[in-house]
Amino acid sequence: MTWETVIGLEVHVQLLTRSKMFCGCANKFGAPPNTLVCPVCLGLPGALPVPNEQAIRLATQAARALGCTVHTRSIFARKNYFYPDLPKGYQISQFDQPLATGGTIWCESPERGRIGIGVTRLHLEEDAGKSLHDRIPGKTAIDLNRAGTPLVEIVSEPDLRSPAEARAYLTILKQILVYAEVSDCNMEEGSLRVDANISIRRPGDPKLGTKAEVKNMNSFANVERALIVERDRQVALLESGGRVEQVTMLFNAASGTVKPMRSKEESHDYRYFPDPDLPPLVLTQKWIEEQHAALPELPEPKRERFMTRYAITAYDAGVLASERPVADYFEAVVGAGAEAKSAANWVMGEAMSGYNETGRFSVGAERLSKLIGLVKEGVVSLQAAKRVYPELVDGNEDPRAVAERLGLIQVGDADALGAWVEDVLAANPSEVERFRGGEVKLMGFFVGQVMKKSGGKADPKAVQPVLVEKLKN
Amino acid sequence: MSAVESAANAVREGRATAAVGAKEVASRLEKAAALNAALSWSAERLDAEASRVDGATPSERAKMPLAGVPIAVKDNIVTTEQPTTCGSRILEGYVSPFNATVINRLRAAGAMIACKANLDEFAMGSSTEHSAFGRVKHPDDPSRVPGGSSGGSAALVAAGVVPAALGSETGGSVRQPASFCGIVGIKPSYGRVSRYGLVAFGSSLDAVSTFGRTVDDAARVLAAMSGHDPLDATTIAQPPLVLDPPRRDLKGLTIGLPAEYFPRDLHQGVRAGLDRAIKAVKELGATIKEVSLPHTRYAVPTYYIIAPAEAAANLARYDGVRYGQRRVGPAGDLRALYQATRGHGFGAEVRRRILIGTYVLSSGYYDAYYRKAQQVRALLAEDFRRAFDTGCNMLLTPTTPTPAFKAGEKTEDPVAMYLADIFVCPVNLAGLPAVSFPVGRSEGLPLGAQLIAPNFAEAKMLSAAAALESAVDAAAEVR
Repeated sequence: MTWETVIGLEVHVQLLTRSKMFCGCANKFGAPPNTLVCPVCLGLPGALPVPNEQAIRLATQAARALGCTVHTRSIFARKNYFYPDLPKGYQISQFDQPLATGGTIWCESPERGRIGIGVTRLHLEEDAGKSLHDRIPGKTAIDLNRAGTPLVEIVSEPDLRSPAEARAYLTILKQILVYAEVSDCNMEEGSLRVDANISIRRPGDPKLGTKAEVKNMNSFANVERALIVERDRQVALLESGGRVEQVTMLFNAASGTVKPMRSKEESHDYRYFPDPDLPPLVLTQKWIEEQHAALPELPEPKRERFMTRYAITAYDAGVLASERPVADYFEAVVGAGAEAKSAANWVMGEAMSGYNETGRFSVGAERLSKLIGLVKEGVVSLQAAKRVYPELVDGNEDPRAVAERLGLIQVGDADALGAWVEDVLAANPSEVERFRGGEVKLMGFFVGQVMKKSGGKADPKAVQPVLVEKLKN
Repeated sequence: MSAVESAANAVREGRATAAVGAKEVASRLEKAAALNAALSWSAERLDAEASRVDGATPSERAKMPLAGVPIAVKDNIVTTEQPTTCGSRILEGYVSPFNATVINRLRAAGAMIACKANLDEFAMGSSTEHSAFGRVKHPDDPSRVPGGSSGGSAALVAAGVVPAALGSETGGSVRQPASFCGIVGIKPSYGRVSRYGLVAFGSSLDAVSTFGRTVDDAARVLAAMSGHDPLDATTIAQPPLVLDPPRRDLKGLTIGLPAEYFPRDLHQGVRAGLDRAIKAVKELGATIKEVSLPHTRYAVPTYYIIAPAEAAANLARYDGVRYGQRRVGPAGDLRALYQATRGHGFGAEVRRRILIGTYVLSSGYYDAYYRKAQQVRALLAEDFRRAFDTGCNMLLTPTTPTPAFKAGEKTEDPVAMYLADIFVCPVNLAGLPAVSFPVGRSEGLPLGAQLIAPNFAEAKMLSAAAALESAVDAAAEVR
């Protein structure tokens, strides 16, 4: 019997603001514990929250980038629960009137092709602090640097049908948010966190099965792994006549298993109510449109533009548009005069391997464009150009000068080529004999030998006529 | 000339020093110790407050409207020099690392913080009997309560220890004790004065409010601390309050008398006090108009849903984890820490309100209680709006249903205690400004009346109250 998997994701993303959501403390990762705190984020008696305009701006941009409707009026609400890393005993969040609702994220499903996944809502909230269980033996330490960090929570519809689709959705979501410079979406530093809801049902069944929530995944790969494990657990349970309980499962990456959280930890009644310290968040439609207009071109439209404007393949366009620095670099290289297809090959090849290692492009677009031009003009061969490239890294020498210094300028002069050709023919008498006996496909062999002899300097197009001439004799 | 004005003028003009004033306050505080109205103060601290004023240049001092004026501060307003206990064991010894905005503004205006004043724990109460540090006594009759929750501040002003004091209102906690103690209490419009540094009780209701022996005393302190504060998102972007010149008559004004505030069984003395005020209103040339605020009877139940709901969340931070008193429970785990800390740290009334607030916000009860209460709150505000829209410039009502009651009289009956605020809490729910001023005495105990005005009409309200204040003999027994 077959089962249909139904997955919805709740993604928390920290916003790239300078300061926290409701106070002036710096929003940054990695400072010594409890150094980025003030009366507001410590929840001291008498302190009051004041919303950070930049956080609202970024959340609005994120919402629009995901195709959501941003509401001109939304409400901050208190979510009440006790925990030592929650200084006020409540989290300021949004509940029944969120900032934005109703978006779509388009992604590529390995099973279903291109799919649109509904975004139920996007709301603003503040992060809690961190409980550190490994700093002080036998005790839990609290670091409140993170308390009050601005977050958006992005909730998807239960539209995902496999763990692989969940991963594809997250990949695209991250791509968009990083593009929009809303968040760095760094899962290791916790600036993107994923909770997944998963249930199974018979295909065609309109009713959703009982869901479990899966938490504690620290990479997209682990989200996929955890969901596979949880799906298999539910299938096994139902097929053996059992029932799925509504539980929260914690994923253990080391063992690749999920195990239920103690029920005491999750039986919360959050008693949401509008936060009386914060007036309704009222935005004008004009302001919302301004934030939208300030968004950069997003990956999907950019990919399409690359295909039509530069006549490159969908695959190449997709790779080049996947990250903003890559796309910007590619367009800079083309803008400096390089032919687009060659530019695409260079950017995805040599340049990309450097970028993947160092996180930046170390050859200026202008100089890469010049190098590509040298190949096109026949001044250097493609092979030779690939030897020139490493010399260009972090330098400012002109590509042609490098090619000259390395003696890689192509030689097309018949006299110079004649000497190399004669050497090659003299060194391979039996092949010469066979060629003259009619084995014309050996021409390639001779060209290759001449290229080798010339150290890549010979212009292959000019070599052949010289060979033909000499082999006649 | 009012006490605040003459004291400030003397210091501004160099005829007196703040240092001498500080010494006098210290000696009065010492003499008034039996009232149990001041929780923390010291002569050294007062000297330091004075030297800030005396050390200023004459031109700086000339710009200080409250130069050298000593002000008592309710102990739920944070200060960095003295502890801020909120009258609670759970914050015993807690010293805030920052000052409330109102403290900064009063000091900039030249005021001296004289002491921190006793209060009902976390401002929850109407008698100042619910303080963890003992009850405050009524200055005229130690067997009676001064009202509450700002009873310490009220008693200090009434006893002549300080000319003015800060209290806070959530549901009448300044006007009610002002009425009991025979002084003036002003509750400003919600959003007029910053709440930054006022320890939150019911955030949508809380307002730092002032006491004085005259309207002018209390109004000057209010004006000095009013105005938008970037640290409080609920303050209104309005310039600070500018007081109207005092008026000698009330010609051209229509004063409404809401029928619901004058029930048949109203205390005889209170009724007689109001009659005296109404007579003065007429003599001063205002028109009297009978009006109805039909939802008034729902105000107390509405208040006792909204205020505890907000309080339950606001008081969640007192968990023993970061500051304040901590108790580790027998089990030694987190839950035990919360239970022991909060169980021992909070008094019975605070625990009662946390339970009520938690209940009314609980899943399944929210719509029946909290949402319904918010709807009724809107109706109450609408009642007032209609009265003002149909010709009333202000409303005149009794402040309290009775004069000051005996200590212990209502502590066993929370609902009776809550009903002491029946005439004051509707104003907080509607966010309006109001002022209570003395209108006479009944069997020796002070009686108060209040004027209620439209939002941000403090200036007009206070000049009217000042005119009435000079027209009635508050010291005289009513008949």
